[in-house]
Amino acid sequence: MFSPELLNALCPMHLWLDDRGRVLQLGPTLEKICATGACVGDHFSDLFEVYRPRRVASMEQLLATRGRKLHLRLRGATRLGLKGHLIELPMGEALINLSFGIGVVDAVRDFDLTATDFAPTDLAVEMLYLVEAKSAAMDSSRRLNTRLQGDKLAAEERAFTDTLTGLGNRRALDQRLSRLIEEREEFALLHLDLDFFKQVNDSLGHAAGDLVLQSVSHVMEQSTRKGDMVARVGGDEFVIISPRLVSADRLSDLASGLIEKIERPVRYQNQTCQVSASIGITVSGGTPATFEEIMEQADTALYAAKKAGRAQFRFFAKPADVATGEKTTNTAAE
Amino acid sequence: MHGLIYRTLQTFVQDSYGPARWLEVGKRAGLETPEFEAMLFYDPGLYDALLRATESVLGVPQDMLLEDVGTYLVSHPNCEVPRRLLRFGGVDFVEFLYSLEDLSERARLAVADLHLPDLELRDHTQNAFVLRSTGDLPGFGHVMIGVLRAMADDYGALVLLDYQRRTGRVESVEISLVETRFAEGRDFTLGQGPVDGAREAG
Repeated sequence: MFSPELLNALCPMHLWLDDRGRVLQLGPTLEKICATGACVGDHFSDLFEVYRPRRVASMEQLLATRGRKLHLRLRGATRLGLKGHLIELPMGEALINLSFGIGVVDAVRDFDLTATDFAPTDLAVEMLYLVEAKSAAMDSSRRLNTRLQGDKLAAEERAFTDTLTGLGNRRALDQRLSRLIEEREEFALLHLDLDFFKQVNDSLGHAAGDLVLQSVSHVMEQSTRKGDMVARVGGDEFVIISPRLVSADRLSDLASGLIEKIERPVRYQNQTCQVSASIGITVSGGTPATFEEIMEQADTALYAAKKAGRAQFRFFAKPADVATGEKTTNTAAE
Repeated sequence: MHGLIYRTLQTFVQDSYGPARWLEVGKRAGLETPEFEAMLFYDPGLYDALLRATESVLGVPQDMLLEDVGTYLVSHPNCEVPRRLLRFGGVDFVEFLYSLEDLSERARLAVADLHLPDLELRDHTQNAFVLRSTGDLPGFGHVMIGVLRAMADDYGALVLLDYQRRTGRVESVEISLVETRFAEGRDFTLGQGPVDGAREAG
């Protein structure tokens, strides 16, 4: 009917079975991958497991699959998956042409196949080319994306950081505050303005002023909790946001502690720089307030502190809230 | 212009002449940052400026420079990817030559927006061919001479190559195949898979 050479050349992965399902001939590439040493005379079910359609063990069942795609697995250690197509031959014989399907990349690597193991019209080599070319292109794109992502993060960080002190800037504050308001979380906002800073700047120069700002920033970071935010919002103006810290006692401790530490002298060359701070404090009342309202409240309290002689802190509070048993430092400033 | 093309020139100069020379090239070509990303697009007008800058910084004529770029693409250790992809073209050098007609299409399959010149192979006798390149990459014929020479080595074939002429967008290269099995050639296994961490030179 066909010569073995013809079949080997056209279908190097064919399997020719007799009427009882025994191997009459198998193609050279198939022979190469049957690690167990498939022999003429073996029964096909000893070599392969047909897993789709199910329950195909006898020759009769196998012949019944004609016209459908066969999914098989090579028996033995590799359990390599194969696709098959059965053609019924006269005298109850069958010819099954097999291919690797999507598993071709692994199969070529595992069995060290070459282009000559495939029929020249087989698209296997093109598929390998494509997999390799696409992987290289994807790899290149992925590395580019990683670099761009790194650049983006760095740019974002720069955009939200005050370069002199490493604190957040006004943009970072806006973002944080908006989120807290949006989530209706309780928080305290401390607006801190340095006292006597201008004198340091004027008498000792900007380098001394910068040193003071850095030192003050350090104090504020040390005095606040992990989830708090410290931002530099102007030349010598800072804002601290403390989520969930709404106790007037604890806020008073925080503010007086800050003032005391900020007042500690800073050495610059052989000179001593000394500044202090005025602080306005407001607590979000749980009722939704806008960003501007909250900033204005803190500003009002800060103004009151300045007006009272500097180096002190004041709370902003609506008249109704004053009577909650706060300490004497709690002054309504409206 | 596809970044892969400028990137290839960049890595060629960096790998063959050192990073300092590439900085010089970038400066001469008027680039702010002489760093090309393989997967981005750049001004096509840079092509001539970059080649002229490279030519004068390295003191190598453009034709030779482009030929060296072709050789670099196939034979430099940092460029394992293009060499392997080209080897998929055929089991021997003649088959590889014929596969060049699919090169621009194959390149597009891998990187959809990469447009290489179209190649056409004419066989005059069994061992004499002319490769015609038609496209918008002036000097691509010279690059192909470098590629062909290195690929002949890879297959172990012996060839004589001659740049014939350039007429408008068409360049032609004469190929005389002296011997297909002249030397051992380099090993090529289909299943080696994509080489991880290979530089994106090509």
